[in-house]
Amino acid sequence: MLLIDCPYCGPRAEIEFAYGGEAHIARPAADVSEAEWAAFLYLRDNTKGVLAERWRHSHGCGRFFNALRDTRTDRFHAFYEIGTPRPDVGDAA
Amino acid sequence: MVEIAEGCALAGLPPMVRLVLQGRAAALDAAATSLGLAAPPPMLRAASGTGGTALRLGPFELLILPTPDGRAGVDTALATVPHSLVEVSDRNVGFMLEGARAADILAGLCPLDFALSSFPVGMMTRTLLDKAGAMIWRTDAQSFHIEVWRSFGPYVEAQLREVAQGISFSLLAV
Repeated sequence: MLLIDCPYCGPRAEIEFAYGGEAHIARPAADVSEAEWAAFLYLRDNTKGVLAERWRHSHGCGRFFNALRDTRTDRFHAFYEIGTPRPDVGDAA
Repeated sequence: MVEIAEGCALAGLPPMVRLVLQGRAAALDAAATSLGLAAPPPMLRAASGTGGTALRLGPFELLILPTPDGRAGVDTALATVPHSLVEVSDRNVGFMLEGARAADILAGLCPLDFALSSFPVGMMTRTLLDKAGAMIWRTDAQSFHIEVWRSFGPYVEAQLREVAQGISFSLLAV
Protein backbone atom coordinates (compact mmCIF):
# COMPACT_ATOMS: atom_id res chain seq x y z
CA MET A 1 0.00 0.00 0.00
CA LEU A 2 1.21 3.49 -0.82
CA LEU A 3 1.59 6.05 1.95
CA ILE A 4 0.41 9.36 0.51
CA ASP A 5 1.28 12.66 2.17
CA CYS A 6 -1.76 14.90 1.79
CA PRO A 7 -0.56 18.54 1.95
CA TYR A 8 -3.44 19.32 4.34
CA CYS A 9 -3.80 16.17 6.48
CA GLY A 10 -0.35 14.56 6.50
CA PRO A 11 0.54 10.97 5.62
CA ARG A 12 -2.42 8.66 5.09
CA ALA A 13 -3.05 5.23 3.63
CA GLU A 14 -3.71 4.91 -0.08
CA ILE A 15 -7.29 3.61 0.43
CA GLU A 16 -8.38 7.10 1.54
CA PHE A 17 -7.45 8.59 -1.86
CA ALA A 18 -8.84 8.66 -5.37
CA TYR A 19 -6.50 8.91 -8.35
CA GLY A 20 -7.01 11.86 -10.67
CA GLY A 21 -4.75 11.18 -13.65
CA GLU A 22 -1.98 13.30 -15.09
CA ALA A 23 -1.68 16.84 -13.66
CA HIS A 24 -1.02 20.19 -15.33
CA ILE A 25 -3.30 19.57 -18.32
CA ALA A 26 -4.91 22.91 -19.13
CA ARG A 27 -8.43 22.91 -20.55
CA PRO A 28 -8.33 24.66 -23.95
CA ALA A 29 -10.79 27.36 -25.02
CA ALA A 30 -14.06 26.14 -26.51
CA ASP A 31 -13.20 27.16 -30.11
CA VAL A 32 -10.20 24.84 -30.65
CA SER A 33 -10.14 22.27 -33.46
CA GLU A 34 -11.50 18.80 -32.89
CA ALA A 35 -8.01 17.34 -33.05
CA GLU A 36 -6.81 19.65 -30.28
CA TRP A 37 -9.91 18.88 -28.20
CA ALA A 38 -9.36 15.14 -28.65
CA ALA A 39 -5.75 15.59 -27.58
CA PHE A 40 -6.91 17.39 -24.43
CA LEU A 41 -9.40 14.65 -23.63
CA TYR A 42 -7.41 11.52 -24.45
CA LEU A 43 -3.72 12.01 -25.20
CA ARG A 44 -1.47 11.51 -22.17
CA ASP A 45 2.31 11.20 -21.95
CA ASN A 46 2.32 7.70 -20.37
CA THR A 47 5.52 8.70 -18.63
CA LYS A 48 8.15 6.17 -17.69
CA GLY A 49 9.82 8.02 -14.84
CA VAL A 50 8.72 10.93 -12.67
CA LEU A 51 5.08 11.76 -13.37
CA ALA A 52 3.09 14.72 -12.04
CA GLU A 53 -0.35 13.37 -11.16
CA ARG A 54 -3.48 14.45 -9.33
CA TRP A 55 -4.84 12.79 -6.23
CA ARG A 56 -7.96 13.55 -4.23
CA HIS A 57 -8.18 12.89 -0.52
CA SER A 58 -11.73 11.68 -1.00
CA HIS A 59 -12.07 10.03 2.42
CA GLY A 60 -10.37 12.88 4.25
CA CYS A 61 -10.28 16.60 3.61
CA GLY A 62 -11.75 16.13 0.12
CA ARG A 63 -9.15 18.31 -1.60
CA PHE A 64 -7.32 17.67 -4.84
CA PHE A 65 -3.54 18.01 -4.78
CA ASN A 66 -0.62 17.06 -7.02
CA ALA A 67 2.14 14.53 -6.45
CA LEU A 68 5.33 13.60 -8.24
CA ARG A 69 5.58 9.81 -8.46
CA ASP A 70 8.13 7.69 -10.24
CA THR A 71 6.09 5.26 -12.31
CA ARG A 72 8.95 2.75 -12.34
CA THR A 73 9.33 2.45 -8.56
CA ASP A 74 6.09 3.98 -7.15
CA ARG A 75 8.26 6.24 -5.01
CA PHE A 76 6.78 9.68 -4.32
CA HIS A 77 9.14 12.65 -4.64
CA ALA A 78 6.91 15.59 -3.75
CA PHE A 79 3.37 16.58 -2.81
CA TYR A 80 2.16 20.06 -3.62
CA GLU A 81 -1.06 22.05 -3.78
CA ILE A 82 -3.14 22.53 -6.92
CA GLY A 83 -2.19 25.79 -8.65
CA THR A 84 1.45 25.73 -7.58
CA PRO A 85 4.18 24.95 -10.14
CA ARG A 86 5.72 21.51 -10.42
CA PRO A 87 8.72 21.24 -8.04
CA ASP A 88 12.03 20.44 -9.66
CA VAL A 89 13.27 17.04 -8.47
CA GLY A 90 15.41 16.36 -11.54
CA ASP A 91 15.29 12.85 -12.95
CA ALA A 92 15.65 11.20 -9.56
CA ALA A 93 14.92 7.48 -9.57
CA MET B 1 -24.70 2.23 26.24
CA VAL B 2 -23.88 -1.43 25.56
CA GLU B 3 -20.70 -3.14 26.63
CA ILE B 4 -19.18 -4.69 23.50
CA ALA B 5 -15.84 -5.77 24.99
CA GLU B 6 -14.54 -5.87 28.53
CA GLY B 7 -14.56 -2.28 29.75
CA CYS B 8 -15.60 -0.91 26.37
CA ALA B 9 -19.04 0.46 25.59
CA LEU B 10 -20.78 1.52 22.41
CA ALA B 11 -23.74 3.88 22.40
CA GLY B 12 -25.82 5.47 19.68
CA LEU B 13 -25.92 9.23 20.10
CA PRO B 14 -29.25 11.09 20.24
CA PRO B 15 -30.26 13.20 17.22
CA MET B 16 -28.31 16.45 16.98
CA VAL B 17 -27.98 19.38 14.62
CA ARG B 18 -25.05 19.09 12.22
CA LEU B 19 -24.06 21.78 9.71
CA VAL B 20 -21.37 21.55 7.05
CA LEU B 21 -19.91 24.93 6.17
CA GLN B 22 -17.76 25.36 3.09
CA GLY B 23 -16.15 28.69 2.35
CA ARG B 24 -12.98 30.70 2.32
CA ALA B 25 -11.25 32.11 5.39
CA ALA B 26 -13.75 34.96 5.82
CA ALA B 27 -16.69 32.55 6.08
CA LEU B 28 -14.88 30.20 8.49
CA ASP B 29 -13.80 33.19 10.62
CA ALA B 30 -17.36 34.54 10.76
CA ALA B 31 -18.77 31.16 11.80
CA ALA B 32 -16.07 30.65 14.44
CA THR B 33 -16.73 34.09 15.90
CA SER B 34 -20.47 33.38 16.13
CA LEU B 35 -19.71 30.18 18.07
CA GLY B 36 -17.63 32.17 20.56
CA LEU B 37 -14.23 31.07 19.22
CA ALA B 38 -11.32 33.40 18.56
CA ALA B 39 -10.51 31.66 15.27
CA PRO B 40 -11.50 28.49 13.39
CA PRO B 41 -9.73 25.43 14.82
CA PRO B 42 -6.59 24.35 12.94
CA MET B 43 -6.72 21.43 10.51
CA LEU B 44 -8.03 18.17 12.02
CA ARG B 45 -8.88 19.77 15.33
CA ALA B 46 -12.12 20.52 17.15
CA ALA B 47 -12.89 23.56 19.29
CA SER B 48 -15.91 24.35 21.44
CA GLY B 49 -17.34 27.75 22.25
CA THR B 50 -20.51 29.07 23.84
CA GLY B 51 -22.49 28.58 20.60
CA GLY B 52 -21.36 25.04 19.84
CA THR B 53 -18.48 23.00 18.49
CA ALA B 54 -16.58 23.48 15.24
CA LEU B 55 -14.60 20.63 13.70
CA ARG B 56 -12.10 21.37 10.94
CA LEU B 57 -12.71 18.72 8.27
CA GLY B 58 -10.68 20.41 5.57
CA PRO B 59 -8.89 23.66 4.75
CA PHE B 60 -12.17 25.22 3.55
CA GLU B 61 -14.65 23.10 5.48
CA LEU B 62 -16.07 23.04 8.99
CA LEU B 63 -18.53 20.66 10.60
CA ILE B 64 -20.53 22.68 13.09
CA LEU B 65 -22.46 21.15 16.00
CA PRO B 66 -24.36 24.17 17.34
CA THR B 67 -26.12 24.41 20.66
CA PRO B 68 -29.91 24.91 20.38
CA ASP B 69 -29.36 28.68 20.60
CA GLY B 70 -26.21 28.70 18.48
CA ARG B 71 -27.82 27.91 15.12
CA ALA B 72 -29.38 31.35 14.66
CA GLY B 73 -26.07 33.02 15.43
CA VAL B 74 -24.31 31.05 12.70
CA ASP B 75 -26.96 32.04 10.14
CA THR B 76 -26.71 35.70 11.13
CA ALA B 77 -22.92 35.78 11.08
CA LEU B 78 -22.78 34.25 7.58
CA ALA B 79 -25.52 36.38 6.05
CA THR B 80 -23.12 38.78 4.29
CA VAL B 81 -20.25 36.34 3.50
CA PRO B 82 -20.13 34.05 0.44
CA HIS B 83 -20.42 30.48 1.71
CA SER B 84 -22.26 27.18 1.51
CA LEU B 85 -24.02 26.00 4.65
CA VAL B 86 -25.77 22.63 4.48
CA GLU B 87 -27.67 20.94 7.27
CA VAL B 88 -26.73 17.25 7.38
CA SER B 89 -28.40 16.36 10.69
CA ASP B 90 -30.36 13.47 9.19
CA ARG B 91 -27.59 12.29 6.87
CA ASN B 92 -25.34 11.21 9.74
CA VAL B 93 -25.71 9.01 12.77
CA GLY B 94 -23.34 9.30 15.70
CA PHE B 95 -21.83 6.67 17.96
CA MET B 96 -19.86 7.04 21.16
CA LEU B 97 -17.18 4.41 21.72
CA GLU B 98 -15.71 4.48 25.21
CA GLY B 99 -13.31 2.35 27.19
CA ALA B 100 -9.75 1.21 27.59
CA ARG B 101 -9.86 -0.81 24.35
CA ALA B 102 -11.67 1.79 22.24
CA ALA B 103 -8.55 2.78 20.30
CA ASP B 104 -7.70 -0.90 19.69
CA ILE B 105 -11.18 -1.55 18.31
CA LEU B 106 -10.91 1.39 15.89
CA ALA B 107 -7.44 0.26 14.87
CA GLY B 108 -8.99 -3.01 13.74
CA LEU B 109 -11.06 -1.14 11.15
CA CYS B 110 -8.90 1.83 10.19
CA PRO B 111 -5.21 2.21 9.24
CA LEU B 112 -4.74 5.41 11.27
CA ASP B 113 -2.52 5.40 14.36
CA PHE B 114 -4.77 5.94 17.39
CA ALA B 115 -1.98 6.29 19.95
CA LEU B 116 -2.52 9.35 22.13
CA SER B 117 0.74 10.87 20.85
CA SER B 118 -0.34 10.82 17.20
CA PHE B 119 -4.11 11.14 17.64
CA PRO B 120 -4.45 13.41 20.68
CA VAL B 121 -7.63 14.43 22.47
CA GLY B 122 -9.44 17.03 20.36
CA MET B 123 -8.22 15.64 17.05
CA MET B 124 -10.79 14.65 14.47
CA THR B 125 -10.62 13.49 10.88
CA ARG B 126 -12.62 11.90 8.15
CA THR B 127 -11.34 8.47 7.25
CA LEU B 128 -12.56 4.97 6.48
CA LEU B 129 -13.96 2.51 9.02
CA ASP B 130 -13.58 -0.78 7.18
CA LYS B 131 -15.35 0.13 3.90
CA ALA B 132 -17.51 3.02 5.12
CA GLY B 133 -16.53 6.67 5.17
CA ALA B 134 -16.56 7.93 8.75
CA MET B 135 -15.57 10.85 10.91
CA ILE B 136 -13.67 10.03 14.08
CA TRP B 137 -13.27 12.58 16.86
CA ARG B 138 -11.32 11.84 20.03
CA THR B 139 -13.29 13.60 22.75
CA ASP B 140 -11.30 12.10 25.61
CA ALA B 141 -8.33 9.80 26.08
CA GLN B 142 -10.61 6.76 26.01
CA SER B 143 -13.66 8.00 24.15
CA PHE B 144 -14.36 8.56 20.49
CA HIS B 145 -17.27 10.26 18.77
CA ILE B 146 -17.88 8.46 15.46
CA GLU B 147 -20.10 9.82 12.70
CA VAL B 148 -21.11 7.80 9.66
CA TRP B 149 -23.74 8.23 6.99
CA ARG B 150 -27.07 6.89 8.20
CA SER B 151 -27.23 3.97 5.74
CA PHE B 152 -23.78 2.80 6.91
CA GLY B 153 -24.81 2.91 10.60
CA PRO B 154 -25.89 -0.75 11.06
CA TYR B 155 -22.86 -1.94 9.06
CA VAL B 156 -20.34 0.09 11.07
CA GLU B 157 -21.96 -0.91 14.36
CA ALA B 158 -21.77 -4.59 13.35
CA GLN B 159 -18.10 -4.22 12.37
CA LEU B 160 -17.27 -2.53 15.69
CA ARG B 161 -18.96 -5.38 17.56
CA GLU B 162 -17.14 -7.97 15.46
CA VAL B 163 -13.74 -6.47 16.25
CA ALA B 164 -14.67 -6.04 19.92
CA GLN B 165 -15.61 -9.70 20.10
CA GLY B 166 -12.25 -10.66 18.62
CA ILE B 167 -10.45 -8.52 21.17
CA SER B 168 -12.47 -10.09 24.00
CA PHE B 169 -11.45 -13.57 22.84
CA SER B 170 -7.81 -12.54 22.58
CA LEU B 171 -8.00 -11.24 26.15
CA LEU B 172 -9.45 -14.56 27.31
CA ALA B 173 -6.64 -16.46 25.63
CA VAL B 174 -3.89 -14.55 27.47
